[in-house]
Amino acid sequence: MRNKGGGNRTNFVLKSIKSNWILYVMLIPAIIWYLIFCYAPMGGVLLAFKNYQYNRGIFGSPWVGVQHFAQMFSDSDFWRAVINTLIFSFGKLIFHFPVPIIVAVLLNEMRSPGAKKVFQTILTFPHFISWVVLSGILIMIFSSNGIINQVFASLGISQVAPLMSLKSFRPFIWISQIWKEAGWDSIIYMAALTNIDPQLYEAADIDGAGRWQKMWYVTWPGIRNVVCIMLILQVGGIMGGACFDQIFNLYSAPVYAVADIIDTYVYRLSFMTGSNFGYTTAVGLFKSVIGVILITAANKIVVKSGEEGLF
Amino acid sequence: MRKKNKRVTGFDIGLYTIFGILGLLTLYPFYYVLIVSFANTQASATYSPYLYPHVFDLTGYQMIIGDIYFFKSLMTTLFVTAVGTSLNMVISVMTAYVLSRKRLLGRKQLIVLITFTMLFSGGLIPTYLVVSNLGLINSIWAMIFPGMISTYYVIIMKNYFSGLPQSLEDAAKIDGANDLKVLYKIYLPISKPFMATFALFYAVERWNEWWNAYLYISDKNIKPLQIYLRDILVNFSNQLSTQAQSVVNSQGKVYVQSVQMATIVITMLPIMCLYPFLQKYFVKGVMIGAIKE
Repeated sequence: MRNKGGGNRTNFVLKSIKSNWILYVMLIPAIIWYLIFCYAPMGGVLLAFKNYQYNRGIFGSPWVGVQHFAQMFSDSDFWRAVINTLIFSFGKLIFHFPVPIIVAVLLNEMRSPGAKKVFQTILTFPHFISWVVLSGILIMIFSSNGIINQVFASLGISQVAPLMSLKSFRPFIWISQIWKEAGWDSIIYMAALTNIDPQLYEAADIDGAGRWQKMWYVTWPGIRNVVCIMLILQVGGIMGGACFDQIFNLYSAPVYAVADIIDTYVYRLSFMTGSNFGYTTAVGLFKSVIGVILITAANKIVVKSGEEGLF
Repeated sequence: MRKKNKRVTGFDIGLYTIFGILGLLTLYPFYYVLIVSFANTQASATYSPYLYPHVFDLTGYQMIIGDIYFFKSLMTTLFVTAVGTSLNMVISVMTAYVLSRKRLLGRKQLIVLITFTMLFSGGLIPTYLVVSNLGLINSIWAMIFPGMISTYYVIIMKNYFSGLPQSLEDAAKIDGANDLKVLYKIYLPISKPFMATFALFYAVERWNEWWNAYLYISDKNIKPLQIYLRDILVNFSNQLSTQAQSVVNSQGKVYVQSVQMATIVITMLPIMCLYPFLQKYFVKGVMIGAIKE
């Protein structure tokens, strides 16, 4: 059966390629790019099981088995980075996640479409500014002669340095991330809100529902599904929930204990302390593998619940 | 439409108050940056300028604009943004279009292979070694090639093309047009606003790009604007060229913060000026992304 069909199949493939050859040519740049910049690095994770030697390259470097992983699991800085990554992510889930939902629901209550648009434009603006710029602004504002400390000084309050303090660095990260992203994140909920049938509101009006009641009985059910999906995906993305750009541009040696996440740890080990690339590849691989497992599981849950998953 | 209730209630006032405060909290830091960029040493010692600038000292701007490395970094960023975004669009659109054609053999498998790259990557070091083996260290292309395709955008574009009627293609095919022509002559002209949205997303990413440059570029002559700014923020005096240094010396005391903030203002300027007009395209982009095939 297979052999018999084999010839036909080959013919079919050749014929299809011949008549659609432009289609395949158009795909060539993407295939080359994915092979070089995505799949070659994936193959490069072999380095996690090797001791990298610069002059011998990835393939020539000697195998060391799981030595790097054994070293990693007994490395206290590694565990510190894992725990910090999780703390940043869970904090984001608790403090950041609800904010865009509230913003969207309240913006939706605004009666003037013009005002709605103006506020949306303002609140989404910081999303388009890089963390390099934003960290420069934040560091200046909270510096010893920045506005916060000037105002505090005139009120007789002692100086603060939230970016240098072990206690306040994490809240600072969470709050500044809300400042940058909450407005932008609310757009997805605004999209869901526009899909709510206006007749539902009219019916609620006839039943004499007040605004809070309408929000609770009409608006909230209308976006609940989107909220659930976003929540599950956020939990699935917990390994990547800490924003590298943000932390890398805001942290400094005095706060490493509470600020260092896996990505910043890998960067510093590789390029500043000069650890073996094999070891840092192993740390990166650990993060990627846990991340894939979590996001795949989260996606399964979304699909099982009858919603469209990510993939 | 929702019933119009003309009466302004306490609820409305509360709503506007909350958003007024949020809006101020969002924008004030940017305004404060502008104020500090105009300040100088004497003024900052005498006043505490929070609400309006007490002086309009443009020394900070003069210094940055007079710095040859600023000019070079601006050129680099303009090049990377223009060339990078163009390549992004050409390759993404072609790929998305091909992947949306049902007659493509192995279409499903290709989509799976592409999607997988969103979930799993080789990580920092393997990617770094690939780029360095390609000889891209200290090459301007190290800021362009690694970010050539955003898989997420390609998949949204693919879904969009799948949603357009097949009859468009069939009609053009009967007239003897090939696939490239069909895409270029039929599909693109009707998708202009959609394409504009993605070009904007790519352009903003290119303008803001700093990480690849930080990793791969140490040559001061081709550092992009974001890295130039980062160097000014982190290490002020080492960054300036000798010409700019001589300006510093001739002016006597220079207010370092005002120079830093002037650089921030210049770096943000294009986005600040264009954003209010382009915001609707960005919002549309998210809306399209939220709708699946």
